[in-house]
Amino acid sequence: MNTPLLAALNISRSYGRGATRFDALKGVSLKIGTGVSLAILGKSGSGKSTLMHLLALLDQPDGGALLVEGKDATELNVKQISRLRNEDFGFVFQQFFLTPNASVLENVILPLKIAGIGARERKMRGMEVLTQLELEDKARNKAIDLSGGQKQRVVIARALVNNPKVIFADEPTGNLDTVTGRLVEDLLFSLNRKDGITLVIVTHDRDLADRCDRQMFIRDGLKVTSLEKAGDAA
Amino acid sequence: MRFLDIITTAVGNSIRSKTRTILTVVAIFIGAFTLTITSAIGTGISGYIDNQVGAFGAADVLSITKTSADAAPAGGGPAPYDPRKVTLEGGFPGDGSESAAAVLTPDDLVIIGKVTGILDVSAVQQVTPRYIEYGNRGKFELTVNPNSFLTTPDLASGSQLRADGDQNQILITTAYVGSLGFADAAAAAGQTVTIGITDHQGLMHEVQATVVGVQNETLLASGAGLNQALTDNLHRLQNTGVPESSSTGSLLATARFNPAASGQDVDAMQAALAGKGYTALTVADQIGIIQTVISGIIGVLNAFAVIALVAAGFGIINTLLMSVQERTREIGLMKAMGMGAGRIYALFSIEAVFIGFLGSVIGVLAAIGTGAIANSLLAGTVLADLQGLVVLRFAPGPVAAVIGLVMIIAFLAGTLPARRASRQNPIEALRYE
Ligand SMILES: Nc1ncnc2c1ncn2[C@@H]1O[C@H](COP(=O)(O)OP(=O)(O)O)[C@@H](O)[C@H]1O
Ligand SMILES: [Mg+2]
Repeated sequence: MNTPLLAALNISRSYGRGATRFDALKGVSLKIGTGVSLAILGKSGSGKSTLMHLLALLDQPDGGALLVEGKDATELNVKQISRLRNEDFGFVFQQFFLTPNASVLENVILPLKIAGIGARERKMRGMEVLTQLELEDKARNKAIDLSGGQKQRVVIARALVNNPKVIFADEPTGNLDTVTGRLVEDLLFSLNRKDGITLVIVTHDRDLADRCDRQMFIRDGLKVTSLEKAGDAA
Repeated sequence: MRFLDIITTAVGNSIRSKTRTILTVVAIFIGAFTLTITSAIGTGISGYIDNQVGAFGAADVLSITKTSADAAPAGGGPAPYDPRKVTLEGGFPGDGSESAAAVLTPDDLVIIGKVTGILDVSAVQQVTPRYIEYGNRGKFELTVNPNSFLTTPDLASGSQLRADGDQNQILITTAYVGSLGFADAAAAAGQTVTIGITDHQGLMHEVQATVVGVQNETLLASGAGLNQALTDNLHRLQNTGVPESSSTGSLLATARFNPAASGQDVDAMQAALAGKGYTALTVADQIGIIQTVISGIIGVLNAFAVIALVAAGFGIINTLLMSVQERTREIGLMKAMGMGAGRIYALFSIEAVFIGFLGSVIGVLAAIGTGAIANSLLAGTVLADLQGLVVLRFAPGPVAAVIGLVMIIAFLAGTLPARRASRQNPIEALRYE
């Protein structure tokens, strides 16, 4: 059996101290293999985002261990974690987090800029990914002038520009109408199928979850059930 | 992130919130403008004084006064009465206008003359002529520069006074040329003028003197220069009818020393004279006093400008704190995407320094422009008599120092917001809903 891309071993996370202490995650274990699509389901406040932030190395667990390609994350230094987030992870959030007055292209190439890639290559790769998402004619537009669906596609372009291994998406369709939401979903799953990009999607949309290889339900910070798609499980 | 990208991003960010940046830049502009102007005044005036000192050829002269024996007590009250002092100096009263304690007697001159290094010493005679007249073109009051022997004046035409010889010579200033009735400075040279002086009993005497040249009006030495022969003649006439014993004292003596003497030699001479109860000053010492006063005034002005800059620094802090607040999510996103805290810090620091740079460069340029206009206005009006004085002089060194200082203040002001930005937690920012 090959090492999973990401593995969580009984991780927990609590907020606050003393009387106000709140255990958001109470010991969750899971493994994410390369190329799978995983949906994390649960009610609002159940700890989905907390779990995703831990998996994406945006936060450290209070207990348990997190393994990245078999290596304990606590052994990685700040630089290595930054590099990992910059090069191997892509992020899509419910909020777009676009810089409104900067151009679409500027927004998309931000991860490349952070990585220290030169201006010419940045532009080339930015245009490449915008073309892939059929947004090349919007490259010079201000981000603020786009529709909701276009904005989320720009966000996906930004997540893709560094050719990541994993895309973490926290309620990626939460802010979109059903039709546009569907289009964004299609886009994510085609990336998963064609390019083998691993998907970790936080959602409470059952239809979206049904399209994933695996579904994981959490309630009050604990894993309740884990479902494998019939076809894949066999 | 590459350093160049950090700079362009920082500049882009500061341009993005235009109004706020402009207001902060205006605050810095005011401080930088003021500081540039005050430092230019400092440079201009001390440069002018240096030029004047350069014109003082008589670097081999000490002007000597008697040190008042009992300085006022440290508390600032009057000096205590000393009965011996009266008997010591009682034999040599001055002519009444002088304070007995500070009078130099012929005996003093002998003592001074014996100090090693002093070549000769003479008492300075104070003469106060009543008028000067050329031909019959009207009489004008004549101001005499008692220190003219210390200077080698800057000439508009003609030649310098001769130290020796028995011809009566006068060096008039440019202000007298037109009034006395000369066509120009060149026409005055070589002409004979009449000088009137009253004696002790109020009788008017007239002396003929040759105008050897015309000197430019200067800050330090205004008034006509008289040569020794003319001074002696005027002094004799002025003291006609004064009892013999009254005319023996003088307030000031001048001593010449070897022009080749080193600074140490001069110091030794001054120390020797100080030990004997005389205060001896070189020309440079006397000008140094003026320079100290002027640099004191400039220092106060500079302090005000720096206060304005510090206030502007708080403007920068405020602007950047608002900007950190506003860009919370952007900073969080950049951190989530792997931007290090150090780079975030640099981003905001550079934004602060850029705002400082912008304000200081605009302030300095405006100051230079204003200075050029002010200089030409002043030169034509208030300062027309002080040839060669450029009040505002913008030297590259001080101007660069102003820009550098403002950028340092801006950097320091930026540290607090930059620290806050670099410590921001990406998850807090991303949780924002
Ligand atoms: N920084 C925080 N401080 C205190 N409580 C927090 C913080 N972040 C999250 N929580 C709490 O942790 C629980 C889980 O939050 P979250 O993971 O965002 O849930 P979900 O994404 O499933 O809606 C919630 O009850 C939330 O209020
Ligand atoms: Mg959530």
